[in-house]
Amino acid sequence: MSAEPLVADAGHDVADHGHDEHATTTGLSHTKLAMWVFLGSECLLFGGLISTYLLYKTRGNGRTLPTDVFDIPFTSVSSFVLLMSSLTMVLALSAVSRGEAEAGRTWLLATALLGGVFIGGQVYEFTSFVREGVAFTTNPASSAFFTLTGFHGVHVSLGIVMLMSLFVASVKGKLTQRNAETVEIVGLYWHFVDIVWIFIFTVIYLIPAD
Amino acid sequence: MAITEKTPLELGPGDSARYAERPLGIFTRPQAGRGWRDWLSTVDHKRIGILYGASAMFFFLVGGVEALLIRLQLAAPEGSVLSADVYNQVYTMHGVTMVFLFIMPLAAAFANYFIPLQIGARDVAFPRLNALSYWIWLSGAIFLNTSWIVGGGGADCGWFCYSTNSGVAFSPSHGVDFYAIGLQILGIASLVSSVNLIVTCLNMRAPGMTLMRMPVLTWMLLITQFLLLFALPVITVALFLLMFDRLFDAQFFNPDAGADPLLWQHLFWIFGHPEVYIIILPAFGVVSEVIPTFSRKPLFGYEFMVFSGIAIGFMGWGVWAHHMFVSGMGPISVAAFSLSTMFIAVPTGVKVLNWLATMWGGKLKFTVAMKFAVATVAMFTIGGLSGVTHSVAPADTQQTDTYYIVAHFHYVIFGGGVLGLFAGLYFWWPKVWGHFLNERLGNWNFWIMLVGFNLTFGPMHILGLQGMSRRIDTYARGYGFEFWNMAATVGSFLIALSVLIFMWNVVKSKRDAPHLPPPGPDPWDGRTLEWSIPSPVPVHNFDTVPQVHGRDEWWHTKYAENDEGKVVRVATVEEAAQTGEATDVHLPSPSFWPLAVAVGLPLIGYGLIFNLWLALIGALLTIASLYSWALEPVDDPDAAHDHYDDDHNDDHDDEDHGGEDPDEADASADGADQ
Repeated sequence: MSAEPLVADAGHDVADHGHDEHATTTGLSHTKLAMWVFLGSECLLFGGLISTYLLYKTRGNGRTLPTDVFDIPFTSVSSFVLLMSSLTMVLALSAVSRGEAEAGRTWLLATALLGGVFIGGQVYEFTSFVREGVAFTTNPASSAFFTLTGFHGVHVSLGIVMLMSLFVASVKGKLTQRNAETVEIVGLYWHFVDIVWIFIFTVIYLIPAD
Repeated sequence: MAITEKTPLELGPGDSARYAERPLGIFTRPQAGRGWRDWLSTVDHKRIGILYGASAMFFFLVGGVEALLIRLQLAAPEGSVLSADVYNQVYTMHGVTMVFLFIMPLAAAFANYFIPLQIGARDVAFPRLNALSYWIWLSGAIFLNTSWIVGGGGADCGWFCYSTNSGVAFSPSHGVDFYAIGLQILGIASLVSSVNLIVTCLNMRAPGMTLMRMPVLTWMLLITQFLLLFALPVITVALFLLMFDRLFDAQFFNPDAGADPLLWQHLFWIFGHPEVYIIILPAFGVVSEVIPTFSRKPLFGYEFMVFSGIAIGFMGWGVWAHHMFVSGMGPISVAAFSLSTMFIAVPTGVKVLNWLATMWGGKLKFTVAMKFAVATVAMFTIGGLSGVTHSVAPADTQQTDTYYIVAHFHYVIFGGGVLGLFAGLYFWWPKVWGHFLNERLGNWNFWIMLVGFNLTFGPMHILGLQGMSRRIDTYARGYGFEFWNMAATVGSFLIALSVLIFMWNVVKSKRDAPHLPPPGPDPWDGRTLEWSIPSPVPVHNFDTVPQVHGRDEWWHTKYAENDEGKVVRVATVEEAAQTGEATDVHLPSPSFWPLAVAVGLPLIGYGLIFNLWLALIGALLTIASLYSWALEPVDDPDAAHDHYDDDHNDDHDDEDHGGEDPDEADASADGADQ
């Protein structure tokens, strides 16, 4: 979390000294570059999971397939909710970087809430699928479906944890204009998770199984 | 392996007061110092490199003992040293240990130690994440090997653990569970490390160190990190699917339910073939430093070396299915992957030719390091050529699952990777420890290893072409396998002897060091920045961050052309080298939290296998540690490794300093990965 002000309190000369030599070779901060690099790796993670699902999506072993029980209107709504959270994420970053802590907190909370609604929708979806006979162990298609969407859900949940951590930091006054980049980096992660969902929703839900 | 240092790691005046105890967190923020505790909390890239190296050598011995057991079993027909079941476990764990617990961490040792030194940086971009990588790696390594004790034996499915052999039906012990979870833990370590080192290479180069001025070792290690970054998530997916199948009854690899066992093969080899280059490229980098130094010539065709490395990095993604020619995947796939496999020999051949051209006309000096480097080129070429024979699919169909394959990949991985890294050990030993390895013992080490290696793996070509299957626990008399198997077993014990000589060399050279002249900063008349600073390297690396004007910066500091175009010495090492006496350099503070996070992960692993409550405890420990880490006061890591703090009066202007807050993203990156 944004512990930097603590350091500034402890030894002002440490944190503030010689900032111009902090210039990195690429001009991007280490942390932001690290997040971009990490997200590159995540692409392959979801690539592997999506490929697995595409290979298995019609392999029902004589039992119900996930595609048989999809509720497209419901998932469309929860997808819309998740996409809107990217908008509030942008607004949060904008507020924090303008120094408007109050507004920043509001938008952070809104983003986390929208993410929470999406996760709630996923929990509902999973339980209703299980009721309709598509559980994790039903067939290769269902195993692949729950693994893929479950991994995505875990990613969204971790994003919510990060957002709430930022929120708490802001309440404690530790999230100031000068570490707005932290919000930006969490935002990178959040937008990535959203974009992955666009792929999943299109490829998994909207393209029908043949 | 001695992992203590005589010189105390000093912080400059004022630092200890500044980093003194903080009221936050359970642990007091540790301070740099000496003693074993400091190795637990260290964030110094050099110490972490040494930890990687020492642990890798330990697991080299473990994997080596497993190899000797295999060779004892196969020395004569109808061997009875091991039961068939134990034999399966031993060769599986031999492969896993050598790949994941020896070569990769030994390469990581070089990466950690030398990337910052070669690019003129004070540390890596995220020192605590660096410590985290090591501790997670170690916890994964220990976890994997505890399956011998608590898992009912090691994994017994081969290092590539094909489905359906990996299923509960054919592998009922917990060995494969340990394999699946252990490799995931090791994968987290490598992923964190790759992100860290990529950012270091891209973002922390000294002024003037453009990409095309980076030393080739750093280049090859950077490419390796990119391969790790993109290959690891793929095997992570495969391992998750395997784990879900075995522990939670998922249907990914159950053919009865319509699953396709080839899914595992594809996912594994999409990781597995880049993995081959992850193993070999660091050795290529080492060789590309050693050969120019002892040829007293710049590396021939630097650009070609760099771009062929990059080409290997890209093409390495398009050849994976040559491991699967006999899987029945269809003629189009076979033809495509045949062609791509033939093509990838081209950039590799470019490298071999460039090393030869570097030596051509050079003033060759055959130190032990140089001998290892030249042997690397020769042995790797043999392995590379037998690799090209595999690209011919009809021939490969004959060779698949025979000892010919075993011979091939040992020539590549041992002949290329291990010999190359040994060249690096002899080359950089004086830089790391401040004394040479004994050259006489080193010669024994080299020649016995070279002869033993060829005696072990050379005959396997013949055995394979005669039709001896790999992974069989024994063979009957009368097939003509007896002689060459015995030869290979003798060879394997020669390799073991050479490794013992190396260990003895480590001890003896340390013992003799006080009576010998110290190597000084630049014992080999080196070319790159690490030779411009004292040996052993001071804790802050560089007194002043160097300004780089070209390739082989350090060489050009010492030598220049005179009016007649002749290269003459313009500065002695004593004049040009840094003294290491700077006292006021900010250093990143040590931390116990990386270790605490790493302890939680194997607990999660044991919990998934045995009792989910244990997993909960492990998860809570990991999460709590991550948060404590994030809340631990940042001592501004940048101040420590990015600039030389020579001016304490400058304490104005904090406006645009902000935003350097690695911890949030660190914590989130780690968290996201689990």
